[in-house]
Amino acid sequence: MSIILNKVNYVYSAGTAYEIQALKNVNLKIEDGEFIGVIGHTGSGKSTLIQHLNGLMRATSGGIYYNGEDIYDKDYDMRGLRSKVGLVFQYPEHQLFETTIFDDVCFGPLNQGLSKKEAGVRAFEALNCVGLSEELYYQSPFDLSGGQKRRVAIAGVLAMKPEMIILDEPTAGLDPKGRDEILDQIAKMHKERGITVVLVSHSMEDVAKYVGRIIVMNQGEVMFDDTPNGVFRHYRELEAVGLAAPAVTYLLHELSERGLPVGTEATTVETAKKEILKMLASLEKR
Amino acid sequence: MIRDITIGQYYPANSPVHRLDPRVKLLGTLIYIISLFVFKGFAAFVLAAIFLVAAIKISRVPFSYMVKGLKAIVVLMVITGLFNLFLTQGTPWVSFWVFTVTYEGAENAALMLIRLAFLIIGTSLMTLTTTPNQLTDGLEKSLHPLSKIGVPVHEIAMMMSIALRFIPILIEETDKIMKAQMARGADFESGNIFRKAKAMIPLLVPLFVSAFRRANDLAMAMEARCYNGGTGRTKMKPLCYKRQDYIAYAVLFLYLAAMIALRFVWTYLSALFGW
Ligand SMILES: Nc1ncnc2c1ncn2[C@@H]1O[C@H](COP(=O)(O)OP(=O)(O)O)[C@@H](O)[C@H]1O
Ligand SMILES: [Mg+2]
Repeated sequence: MSIILNKVNYVYSAGTAYEIQALKNVNLKIEDGEFIGVIGHTGSGKSTLIQHLNGLMRATSGGIYYNGEDIYDKDYDMRGLRSKVGLVFQYPEHQLFETTIFDDVCFGPLNQGLSKKEAGVRAFEALNCVGLSEELYYQSPFDLSGGQKRRVAIAGVLAMKPEMIILDEPTAGLDPKGRDEILDQIAKMHKERGITVVLVSHSMEDVAKYVGRIIVMNQGEVMFDDTPNGVFRHYRELEAVGLAAPAVTYLLHELSERGLPVGTEATTVETAKKEILKMLASLEKR
Repeated sequence: MIRDITIGQYYPANSPVHRLDPRVKLLGTLIYIISLFVFKGFAAFVLAAIFLVAAIKISRVPFSYMVKGLKAIVVLMVITGLFNLFLTQGTPWVSFWVFTVTYEGAENAALMLIRLAFLIIGTSLMTLTTTPNQLTDGLEKSLHPLSKIGVPVHEIAMMMSIALRFIPILIEETDKIMKAQMARGADFESGNIFRKAKAMIPLLVPLFVSAFRRANDLAMAMEARCYNGGTGRTKMKPLCYKRQDYIAYAVLFLYLAAMIALRFVWTYLSALFGW
């Protein structure tokens, strides 16, 4: 199972004075079970790109194929696609509307045509999965903290049991603790359920720690599409477009440039630590 | 989608018309509208058309944008035209079934349609070349004398500019929430009217919540900057007339004078030849 984007272009406000090309000739293939990070500067087209993946936006030109089927076919089941590809928007807490958290999470499953009971079971599972404590389930979603609201909103999409979940900057505006909790939960979900995850972010550090593949967007184009190591190797080019590699990448490159025998591939603090200890050990031996 | 709705759409360009003081454009539009309704006769309309076309050319706004404004009132124009055509008494021209079209009716209908078209194009030209902020600034300054008799001019202008500023924001917000709910399987299109009304709840509740949140934030931000109404408040970009504005006023009054002159010539000629 896969999503293929073939030469996708998207133009906002075509034919007006405000015309802007947000996607330029994007080619991508997303395989089942991947954990992908999409990064790019603000305005680079990340949000536009991901809204194409579940058919909310229609490409100005180009094709999108889900499991080999053209989603722009006249009789393609677009609502079916939306329940297979779950999309959590940026600031998803702004979409809550029900009187209780539980009812709000049931909204998606009910729209899928499930019975009240089945929807309830799904809601329980989803709320449990995002780690919201049970005594909150029947409270108003408007009384929660920002981080809690966001979990409810994510649960609202999870409850639809999508095969793939896309999260648009799920940590924007959260404190470091809330950020780590949400990202850890997403990583756990990916591991346990094998669900495909696309994580949009503008923080390299966030992404580097979790994902297996990074897509870098720049001014509507895919600039890099590689493993984290492969992408961060180009840290100078990333800087030129307003992005930064993780701090450890800089440290390791600096050390290696000063002639120390250290590998520069590590992208997280943990692996960098191992690398440096290894180097120290080898230096001692000499 | 819903974003395509445009209200008072500004067309960014760097033209002499764009650079004019908003007060000139406000007064100019007013004079132009009045001139359309006060003056009669073929020559007056030719002059009005020349004035309009010249202004559009100078403004560098593509003509298609003007026509967009016309589309919105096509129905109104058709109805006005038909009423004038069939309900005016006078010398019969053609008649069929119960309808009679008179010469006067045909003339009235044509006049009315031209007037309406010019009126809409003229006002669109103003909104296309003036940002909403400039417009409210101009209005505030022009109406300033009224504050002497207790009209809260500044407050009205402030409310207007906030409302105008919020229209695109709320449209964008609506679009976003709609998409977010569609991603959760919401369906805003199908079903009968009751189903559709019910489907609006997931859209309207978050929209109201967000409108109140934004209003609160804005009020807080304004208070934090010690906003306390218009008294003693200065502007970052105070409106003041420049050479081009005086030239524009001169052109306007020339236009008005020509219109008045034409009127006298027209009545004189009609009397002379018994038209
Ligand atoms: N609804 C819209 N109408 C017009 N232009 C838009 C709209 N949304 C985004 N854009 C423009 O498209 C470009 C890409 O935006 P977006 O996909 O939101 O970027 P990102 O999510 O990476 O910040 C930006 O230049 C932005 O200004
Ligand atoms: Mg975005």
